[in-house]
Amino acid sequence: MSDESLTLQLLKEQFPDKIIETHSYRGDDTAVVKKEAILEVLKFLKEDARLKYNFLMDLAGVDYLTYKKDPRFEVVYHLYSLEYNRRVRIKAPVDEDDPVIDSATPLWEAANWYEREVWDMFGIKFRGHPNLKRLLMYEEFVGHPLRKDYPITKRQPLIGPKI
Amino acid sequence: MDIMESGGSWSSGYLLSKLEEAIAWARKYSIFQYPFVTACCGMEYMATACSHYDIDRFGAGLPRFSPRQADVLFVVGTISHKLAPVLKKVYDQMCEPKWVVAFGVCTCTGGFYDNYATVQGIDTIIPVDIYIPGCPPRPETVLDGLMKLQEKIQKQKQLV
Repeated sequence: MSDESLTLQLLKEQFPDKIIETHSYRGDDTAVVKKEAILEVLKFLKEDARLKYNFLMDLAGVDYLTYKKDPRFEVVYHLYSLEYNRRVRIKAPVDEDDPVIDSATPLWEAANWYEREVWDMFGIKFRGHPNLKRLLMYEEFVGHPLRKDYPITKRQPLIGPKI
Repeated sequence: MDIMESGGSWSSGYLLSKLEEAIAWARKYSIFQYPFVTACCGMEYMATACSHYDIDRFGAGLPRFSPRQADVLFVVGTISHKLAPVLKKVYDQMCEPKWVVAFGVCTCTGGFYDNYATVQGIDTIIPVDIYIPGCPPRPETVLDGLMKLQEKIQKQKQLV
């Protein structure tokens, strides 16, 4: 497509075999990236002079269990370029059997707590994270409550009755 | 006073029961609350405590921010499982006699937070004397609950 955004064009040009797919909906660009390449793709987006996506706005996990999607999980990065006032969304599929992806903390300090939350809620590990422990739940908590197969009525209180 | 006129006889059942009543009367009008505030219910707690609704009319005007100086624990707002041990510790640090008020529906039952993180009613952790429902309860409801607590204190057997 000739009217494809600069960001997606440059991404495809730079990483022809690492980008799984791209799409653009009403000006919102999305690129799905192989998880092995996530760190170099993010680094390119952050540091290339034509892009300068220097702001990690959000980092989240998604569980596609009920969608019967393979791989089951996805880690989603929302980046913003303060220089060019542009946004891009990067998705990296993560397999259930090997839920590990490279940490973005070397690029953005802000990734630290986001990744701890994703680990806490979805059980996705971040390789190279300086302090990967639970953020919202307590250490004794077993399981990852935002996984779609976590029973909605399951209770595991620190003190009090075990319901 | 009755006690002074009795000639110092403390063995009489009549006198002791009157003494208990006097102590209960004193206790119910000198409530020192410990506000354990975690969520939006705190706004209604503040409204109740301020001049318009004036909780001081009921002798409960002075909140203490140390559990060791308080005798009524106001649990105001959602309690998560992560916070539950802290609440238990605060309760354990209070001296007898002590009472607990569950303020708002989250503390009564967990409210609409029927999920992995929320304690389904603080009475699963500590004993509760008065439940004030509402999301959040209006100050009138809070004062009604406070008066019910005072009735309860008056009727209780006092630890002398």
